[in-house]
Amino acid sequence: MLTIETTATGTLLLIVIMGLVTLLTRVGGVLVMSFVPINQRVEGFINGMSGSVLIAILVPMAWQGDTGARMALLVTCVMMFLIKKPLPAITAGIATAAAWRFFF
Amino acid sequence: MALKYDYAVIFPISSGSNMTPVSTQTRLDLKGTWLGFKRLLPLSLFVIAFGLAFGMAATQNGLSTFEAMLMSALVFAGASQFGALDLWGPQVPVVALMITTFAINARHLLMGASLYPWLRELPTGRRYAILTVISDANWAMAAQDYQRGERNLGILLGGGLALWSTWMIGTLIGMLFSTGITDPYSLGLDMVLGCFLLSMALGGNKNPRTLVIWCVAALTSLAAFIWLPPNSHVIVGALCGGLVGAFWLDRNDATGAADADH
Repeated sequence: MLTIETTATGTLLLIVIMGLVTLLTRVGGVLVMSFVPINQRVEGFINGMSGSVLIAILVPMAWQGDTGARMALLVTCVMMFLIKKPLPAITAGIATAAAWRFFF
Repeated sequence: MALKYDYAVIFPISSGSNMTPVSTQTRLDLKGTWLGFKRLLPLSLFVIAFGLAFGMAATQNGLSTFEAMLMSALVFAGASQFGALDLWGPQVPVVALMITTFAINARHLLMGASLYPWLRELPTGRRYAILTVISDANWAMAAQDYQRGERNLGILLGGGLALWSTWMIGTLIGMLFSTGITDPYSLGLDMVLGCFLLSMALGGNKNPRTLVIWCVAALTSLAAFIWLPPNSHVIVGALCGGLVGAFWLDRNDATGAADADH
């Protein structure tokens, strides 16, 4: 398998490769969409996908996480329903994770 | 659709002018970018802590300050940078590095695509330039703003610049001081992004269609997480949720589904 030695030049090359691959992921979605004709079904797909990205990040995170992580998400959720303000909800969530891990 | 919350309620830090959209027609300007920068700055302060953790991990894996800063500047995607450090050694396997980076960052493809109806109205150069700083947090906020009728793309660019600069600052601090936050985990800092994304999801409109889409995304992403190769879960969940959205159109919205909930 192709490897690159982490000499000064080699490391630079590796970083540039990583940067290019990441750039491809950033522009690729829009690039592909510019070839897709937009109709109602495509719009339905896009807005369904938009919220699903969040859920698909969050559910495995809760599944894999420790109880502190799950409590953090639960408290954020409850705070959002109670006070409907993201910043206090996020802060409460993080504080919960820290407190849980300190005490348990 | 009725907007559920005002800006000022969501982000109490932001100024009152944010209660109405900065622009009602798609544009990208300095004013909107500055407002976007300011709105994501509070969250970006947490990003410094992540950057710090990355800087310290990079030192331990033998990267120089310049190299770590260059990686943060060019890659600007935390999870994949930590992933790369796992592969780092005297020899780095190139294909494995490319696959890992692509798999962890593939969610950007979907994030960009989801903003396409908005981005297509920009000239091509600006459209792709703005995408160089798209990241989880500024995308989530921009997607929610779009629902609310905001058409100024400054939130995406300005928010991205706020995240990028704090990511760089954090990396530098982490490289310079190997002490500091030695354990972001014990402070709950690993949950910043998760809690933020959750609050964004809950801030949007909720109706039966959204709930079904969310359930499908939740179950399929979890199944992929358990049974499919690593890092495939976001793509699988998002595509499955999108497919439900494509077949169950939002009939309540006469202007088309793109302006509806997510």
